[in-house]
Amino acid sequence: MLTKLHTNKGSQLVLGLAAGFAFGFLLEKGGVARYDVIVGQLLLYDFTVVKIMLSAVVTGMLGVHLLRSLGLARLHPKPGSWGSTAVGGLIFGLGFATLGYCPGTIAAAVGQGWLDALAGGLAGILIGAGIFAAMYPRLRTAVLAKGEFKVKTFPELLKVDPWVIVVPAAGLLIAFLYWMESRGL
Amino acid sequence: MEWLTMTRWSPYAAGIGIGILSWLTFVLSDKPIGCSTAFARTSGMIERLLRGNKVLEKAYYKEFAPRIDWEWMLVFGIVLGAFTSAKLSGQFKLDWVPSVWAAAFGPQPLTRVVVALLGGILLGFGARWAGGCTSGHGISGTLQLAVSSWLAAICFFIGGIAAAFFIFRVLG
Repeated sequence: MLTKLHTNKGSQLVLGLAAGFAFGFLLEKGGVARYDVIVGQLLLYDFTVVKIMLSAVVTGMLGVHLLRSLGLARLHPKPGSWGSTAVGGLIFGLGFATLGYCPGTIAAAVGQGWLDALAGGLAGILIGAGIFAAMYPRLRTAVLAKGEFKVKTFPELLKVDPWVIVVPAAGLLIAFLYWMESRGL
Repeated sequence: MEWLTMTRWSPYAAGIGIGILSWLTFVLSDKPIGCSTAFARTSGMIERLLRGNKVLEKAYYKEFAPRIDWEWMLVFGIVLGAFTSAKLSGQFKLDWVPSVWAAAFGPQPLTRVVVALLGGILLGFGARWAGGCTSGHGISGTLQLAVSSWLAAICFFIGGIAAAFFIFRVLG
């Protein structure tokens, strides 16, 4: 692994900027810098968001697990709990539909010139994150720690080699995308 | 180089591109792509400007220090990358009200901005509650086969679809 590069702070800031540039370029070209496309997904008549996400997941899953098997990368799965992940996920969903952008696509929307994203959404996300930081000490014990997951990944949960899950999962996701296309979605 | 000036790519081209980008961030930076932590750090930086260093004592900012890091630069880069892509294809345009919103709730910028602000508050709050967003959980976490991220992604869409139908089919 490129440990020396990983710990070089200056290089990492430049690499972060470069990765973000590519990500923003891809999001804009994919059409998801647009409120109309994101809301169209949540209203289930435009499946662009799901197509982009699932093809990114299949590609990323195969490549990252290969890099891990080759010793070139390590995984960073997030811990979770019912109280944190499920409750927070549902609140996020309400915000996702109300705003019509998510934290990544809103940055792309700002780049495309959307002032509702800049003046409204971006300010809102910063306020929301600030409110969460203020409530964090109380939420941490009261809700976030409830129903903590004992393992981080599905291979750990099922006690199998990651590839036992990666290959069928990739197959299922590709089949699902084919099915969506065949239905004209 | 016609692909650079195209208005839209196939969603699969964009998605596969993002997947390959994730290989690079894992190898070069030992990091999955994610966006919402950068907003929490920025919020802390703004609060620090207003209230001084005592902000650093907050438990949350001890875990997520209010400073510019790899992910913060990533989010900043998204703005630049999207701007470049939109400029190349002639899609860049300053605008306040998206057409789907305008069709349901009218073309006034103020209504749209107020609702976007409220939506943003819920989104920022929910992203930190869930420990990630549509990129950190929805793409990077699911591709690592993280249990938390698959659950988060499902909850994002359950909440999002329910709220979108309420907003556009009940209110709109």
